Amino acid sequence: MTNVIEVQELSRNYGKTEAVRGVSFSVGEGEIFGFLGPNGAGKTTTIHMLCTLLRPTGGQALVAGHNIVDEQEAVRRSIGMVFQEPSLDEQLTGRENLRFHAMLYNMDRPTYERRSQRLLELVELAERSDDLVKVYSGGMKRRLEVARGLLHQPRVLFLDEPTLGLDPQTRRHIWDYLRELRDREKVTIFMTTHYMDEAENCDRVAIMDHGQIVALDSPSELKALVGGDLVTVWTSDNEAALEKLASAEVDARFGPGQELILEVSKGDVFIPRMMQLLVNGSQPIEVQSVSLRRPTLEDVFIKLTGRTIREDEASATERMGMRMRRTRGH
Amino acid sequence: MEAIMGWLRGAYTIWLRDILRYQRDRARLIASLGQPLIFLVLFGGGFSAAISGLGQGQVNYSQFLFPGILAMTVLFTGVFSAVSVVWDREFGFLKEVMVAPVERTAVAAGKVAGGSSIALLQGVIILVLAPLLGIQLGWFQIIQIIGILLLLALMMTSLGLLIAARQRSMEGFHMMMNFVLLPMFFLSGAFFPLRGIPVWMEVLASIDPVTYGVDPLRQVVLRGAMTSPALEQVALRPIAVNVALMAGLSLLFLIPGVWLFSRQD
Repeated sequence: MTNVIEVQELSRNYGKTEAVRGVSFSVGEGEIFGFLGPNGAGKTTTIHMLCTLLRPTGGQALVAGHNIVDEQEAVRRSIGMVFQEPSLDEQLTGRENLRFHAMLYNMDRPTYERRSQRLLELVELAERSDDLVKVYSGGMKRRLEVARGLLHQPRVLFLDEPTLGLDPQTRRHIWDYLRELRDREKVTIFMTTHYMDEAENCDRVAIMDHGQIVALDSPSELKALVGGDLVTVWTSDNEAALEKLASAEVDARFGPGQELILEVSKGDVFIPRMMQLLVNGSQPIEVQSVSLRRPTLEDVFIKLTGRTIREDEASATERMGMRMRRTRGH
Repeated sequence: MEAIMGWLRGAYTIWLRDILRYQRDRARLIASLGQPLIFLVLFGGGFSAAISGLGQGQVNYSQFLFPGILAMTVLFTGVFSAVSVVWDREFGFLKEVMVAPVERTAVAAGKVAGGSSIALLQGVIILVLAPLLGIQLGWFQIIQIIGILLLLALMMTSLGLLIAARQRSMEGFHMMMNFVLLPMFFLSGAFFPLRGIPVWMEVLASIDPVTYGVDPLRQVVLRGAMTSPALEQVALRPIAVNVALMAGLSLLFLIPGVWLFSRQD
């Protein structure tokens, strides 16, 4: 398999802030590759560097064999982009948005006609294509953007948080389209997300935190990092319980909410043994609740960073709010 | 050759989109004509009685004001369409243009061309009102007026682009509106003759780009209504000087504007 994207030690500073701190990875032809991480982890900055919107401050990258600094025109020809923020002209119809795209990419008329019809049908917008975009729903707009991004037959389609703000059903639909498009169009898909369940759809996932890639593998391999099953326990005294388990050589740790998390190979056999261990002895500990589940990518993130993605999200929004208040004060 | 064609095609696409939007957006068209009309009817009507003796009493205030209203229409339409790139680049179609294989300079040029065309169209619509105010215009005058309006539109749209080029939010926009655009308009001689005014005002007016548009417009528009000596009393500079100044300033705003807009972050 050949690589469509090759990135080496790519970094970007904003003044003294290091948004991306030397990331390296490669993406194979036809792959669905995901960047997973909290807001502010550097996902959007990375994607903007790869699509030539931002100049890197260090490292290098090739997209479809072209250097993102020296061959910007060639890079732009080979990529399609779906931005986090809307980027359609709402005063124009769906079809007109596609026509302007075709003009910008210098597509000849027959190719444009054929491709636009086919893509509009694929994302089920053919019948609404002559309506103004401003009457479209959020999901329809996203589908139109996906179709537009693929119109000029790019080798890579970049999607920055493509399902942000959409309801779960629409999100599932978008994913169905993306998988079908990948199979039919043979396009490589590179996306960012902070939804854990979405990252499961990717062939490979890079987990990003504070501008660095902390892990990169297929979702199943990533989950294997956590071990077999995850047992979450609440007791009358979690600290004492942790000590007691440690002395019995059971590997336990505190989760983000001070609950006990145990990684074990066979949860169903382990739980009765653990109960006995905690209740027995001179100072019995009362077990208040126990849950058993298969690990998710969220658990992988917690294991690698010690935080949940949600916690970070809250603090990122807070930071943004503070920044906005500061600028308004001036 | 291929590169030049590509550049022109890119600029044309951006221009065409602006024209199509303008044509479609009737509400914007009416709203943007409302302001000049209100000025013309209320100011013109209101002051006509109070102000007499303009140009040796050969024109009334509405007729004196009319060229200023033409300039105003073009000025605000041009600046606003250029400044809209700030919003368009963050949350609109321009965002997608920035990753398309089109030179950024072509995008900026197309945007200035689009803004100027719309500003000119709006100006021409106002021009149609001239006979209602008792102003008779010959063909040669109309051609001259359109030429001056086009240059004024180009200059103001370029200024708008220069203001918007590095801006990432609309937050500073009201400031700019109140402290730059409105004073520029008021000092331009659109409302009152720039004769016998305080020296500080005269200095500011002489460096106000809009003055270079209002002055030749007034000279051409009122040519038929006034005798030459009377016209000379309200005129500031020869038309050719005004035109040269506007052309020079257009380039002075356009070149850095395009350069700043095209720079990669």
